[in-house]
Amino acid sequence: MKRATKQKLRRWALYTLLIVIAVAVGLLADWPTIQKAFFDPEIAADMFPEVLTTAAKNTIVYTAMAFALGLVLALFLALMKRSSVRPYRWIATTYIELFRGLPALVTLSLVAFGLPIALGVRIPGGTLGKGTIGLGIVAAAYMAETIRAGIEAVPRGQMEAARSLGMSRGSAMQSIVLPQSFRNIIPPLTNEMVILIKDTSLYFVLGTTIISKELTKFGNDFMSATFNGTPLVVIALVYLAITLPLTRFVAQLEKRAARAR
Amino acid sequence: MNQDKTAPPIQVVRLHKYFGELEVLRGIDFVVDNGEVVCIVGPSGSGKSTLLRCVNLLEEPTSGQVLVEGIDMTDSETDIDEVRSRIGMVFQQFNLFPHLTVLRNLTIAQRKVLGRSEEEADDVANRVLDRVGLSDKTNEFPIRLSGGQQQRVAIARSLCMNPDMMLFDEPTSALDPELVGEVLDVMRGLAEEGMTMMVVTHEMGFARQVGDRVAFIDGGVIVEDGPPDDVLLRPQHERTKKFLEAVLQQ
Repeated sequence: MKRATKQKLRRWALYTLLIVIAVAVGLLADWPTIQKAFFDPEIAADMFPEVLTTAAKNTIVYTAMAFALGLVLALFLALMKRSSVRPYRWIATTYIELFRGLPALVTLSLVAFGLPIALGVRIPGGTLGKGTIGLGIVAAAYMAETIRAGIEAVPRGQMEAARSLGMSRGSAMQSIVLPQSFRNIIPPLTNEMVILIKDTSLYFVLGTTIISKELTKFGNDFMSATFNGTPLVVIALVYLAITLPLTRFVAQLEKRAARAR
Repeated sequence: MNQDKTAPPIQVVRLHKYFGELEVLRGIDFVVDNGEVVCIVGPSGSGKSTLLRCVNLLEEPTSGQVLVEGIDMTDSETDIDEVRSRIGMVFQQFNLFPHLTVLRNLTIAQRKVLGRSEEEADDVANRVLDRVGLSDKTNEFPIRLSGGQQQRVAIARSLCMNPDMMLFDEPTSALDPELVGEVLDVMRGLAEEGMTMMVVTHEMGFARQVGDRVAFIDGGVIVEDGPPDDVLLRPQHERTKKFLEAVLQQ
């Protein structure tokens, strides 16, 4: 048999297999039940507008706050890791290894419950306050390494040129090195944001009120109340509506960066 | 700052520099006088770039002194940033800031270091750009320019700070041959205006025509130092002769 014929035959077989499976699933599945369990329009309609005005809004606010705090902490950690003072490097390394090694859920619980018990401090701001600090701490550990790599990818000559013009180290870092590194690290930082969006679903451990529920908690509670899977499908679609544009954005940036090279 | 205008712009005294175990500079004594153009030549790895970079403390001397207008650069009390702002530096790889337009490349240090207003800085930048023949490139990004144009922008960036002296670290080595001339022309213009210049270069023609002095460095020491014709045409030392033969054969 010729190679081209063989290939054609193989592709045919694969298509046939796919069709057989699709038909089998189509025939065997109990469509009315599935539709009732996962695609009940009445239950879906009941979730609006709160699923957007409360739950989705909270998810976005939680993510934005944790990301902002994480970014600031990460910048300090990255600079500490590059410090000529050894203890600073130790502290940064310990921090990064510790909070990358722990499950985010543990860190959240530590912040929300461990700290108040151990130190007698209560973190203000309710779910938002505790969650922002907890998840911000975790996010910083991941983003610090990204930022450090971004700083190190800027050629040494850039710092030297700035310094030889009389700019201080801090000033050169701020207006010459960091702007260049941030352009390179926008894609990985956006990916980190996508991870954070999903991680805000852990805020259920913080205890939530009606107005502070994020998407997952909202969907779960709705499911318990209705004994129906439709709420999960709805929040899944809302999550995708938020995350897909971000991942497309990253893909675009990476394509542009590849072209520029 | 106890700046002493009667002191030579650059004075290097018993300078030693180690990179780890490797001794790159082995006791350099060297003076550049006001308005003088000194070209430094020598084989690669001879320490000539390191010497240049020690002058504005991009490399920290292991021992010895570097005096710029009488100010001891190695003294921890010295405000290095202030002295550096008066020393222009041009690199082999241009090192323009790729995220800034040509104009912003020229104004950022004026504003951050000299505290000039945006208007004043733009004004100075436009004048200097005109002088290096690039006034039509004001709003371009560096990547859109040829190597020769980029290096001229780099020279202009230093000139905007009104430096008392300029250091050139192999300014034409990264350029395509046909672009070397335009950069050397700008440097020649500077020399004619009386700028104090220290130039690490492989351009023997430039060293002969423009240099007031040529210093030949090999193995971390200054082997020969004198008028260009003496050093380049009638070298006294065997090492200088060998180096010049090798260069001229190219």
